[in-house]
Amino acid sequence: MHIMEGFLPPAHALGWAAASLPFLAFGLHSVKRSLQAHPERRMLLGVAAAFAFLLSALKLPSVTGSCSHPTGVGFGALLFGPAAMVPVGFVVLLFQALLLAHGGLTTLGANVFSMAIVGPFVAYGVFRAAAGVGASRSVAVFLAACLGDLATYVVTSIQLAWAFPDAVGGFGASFVKFAGIFGLTQVPIAISEGLLTVLVVNAMARFNAHELRALPVMMAGRKSA
Amino acid sequence: MKTRTWMTWAVIVLLTVLPLWFASAPPAEPGAEAPAMFGGADERAQQAIGTVAPDYAPWFEPLFEPASGEIASLLFALQAAIGAGVIGYWLGTSVARERARRESATSSTQSEPHAD
Repeated sequence: MHIMEGFLPPAHALGWAAASLPFLAFGLHSVKRSLQAHPERRMLLGVAAAFAFLLSALKLPSVTGSCSHPTGVGFGALLFGPAAMVPVGFVVLLFQALLLAHGGLTTLGANVFSMAIVGPFVAYGVFRAAAGVGASRSVAVFLAACLGDLATYVVTSIQLAWAFPDAVGGFGASFVKFAGIFGLTQVPIAISEGLLTVLVVNAMARFNAHELRALPVMMAGRKSA
Repeated sequence: MKTRTWMTWAVIVLLTVLPLWFASAPPAEPGAEAPAMFGGADERAQQAIGTVAPDYAPWFEPLFEPASGEIASLLFALQAAIGAGVIGYWLGTSVARERARRESATSSTQSEPHAD
């Protein structure tokens, strides 16, 4: 989902940065407030960040013959709420843009919007919806992480199609093209991310039950383990 | 629970490994050579931009680029190692704390302080 450095026209690059900035400010505020109220959650926030760090470094092969990577931001969104993952995703993307020439500074706003904003918010929304209709925690966590991951790549496709509409087919044709590259590649990887997130949450439930109970988000989906 | 955990791991591994045999080759963009098998989706998107908007030229270059593919994979491995290290530390302390809690719970209910 990394749009390469310089590969968005300046107006788009600026626009996405402007769209992401308020989320980033709100996210920082929300993390600060949460850690002030619960300093003991610092470790867990580090773990959520580490999960995103780890997963977004793994480029996995997919059925389309391309490689792509999971995002890992759904897990943290379920623990701390989606806003908290905006600064976390921002740090991951900044690291990759500066040191790895993966993504870029001019496209940072667009990449933050897809991976650090839409991904966590979709994951959170899906979790609440699934828990609301009575899905078990494992099912809700799986759907949340999986669909949050996919949503990120759909947004990247929209961003590119918007910036580069097809000469004949316009936005639609261009979106189909980019979604064919990103979306299809991502399907098995998103499923893997969903399963992996379930495993981590289950490990938490086993070894860290009291910490998990203190997190309001997870409690919404506590029908059965 | 235990078997379900192992089954889940197995599915993740299969989802990752099976494409190595069953993936179809990525289609070539018109006018460009066929993309390498298992190249990055990001690079394919970059090629696709080239065919949709052939006149587009990137207007900014990365400030720093890893000197080679090896250096890049070193940095990616470093990123993954940092993440895995933090998760491993947390999981280790959690397991140890949970075990200590359970042991102190059983020993305090077992007998009076002056046991032997």
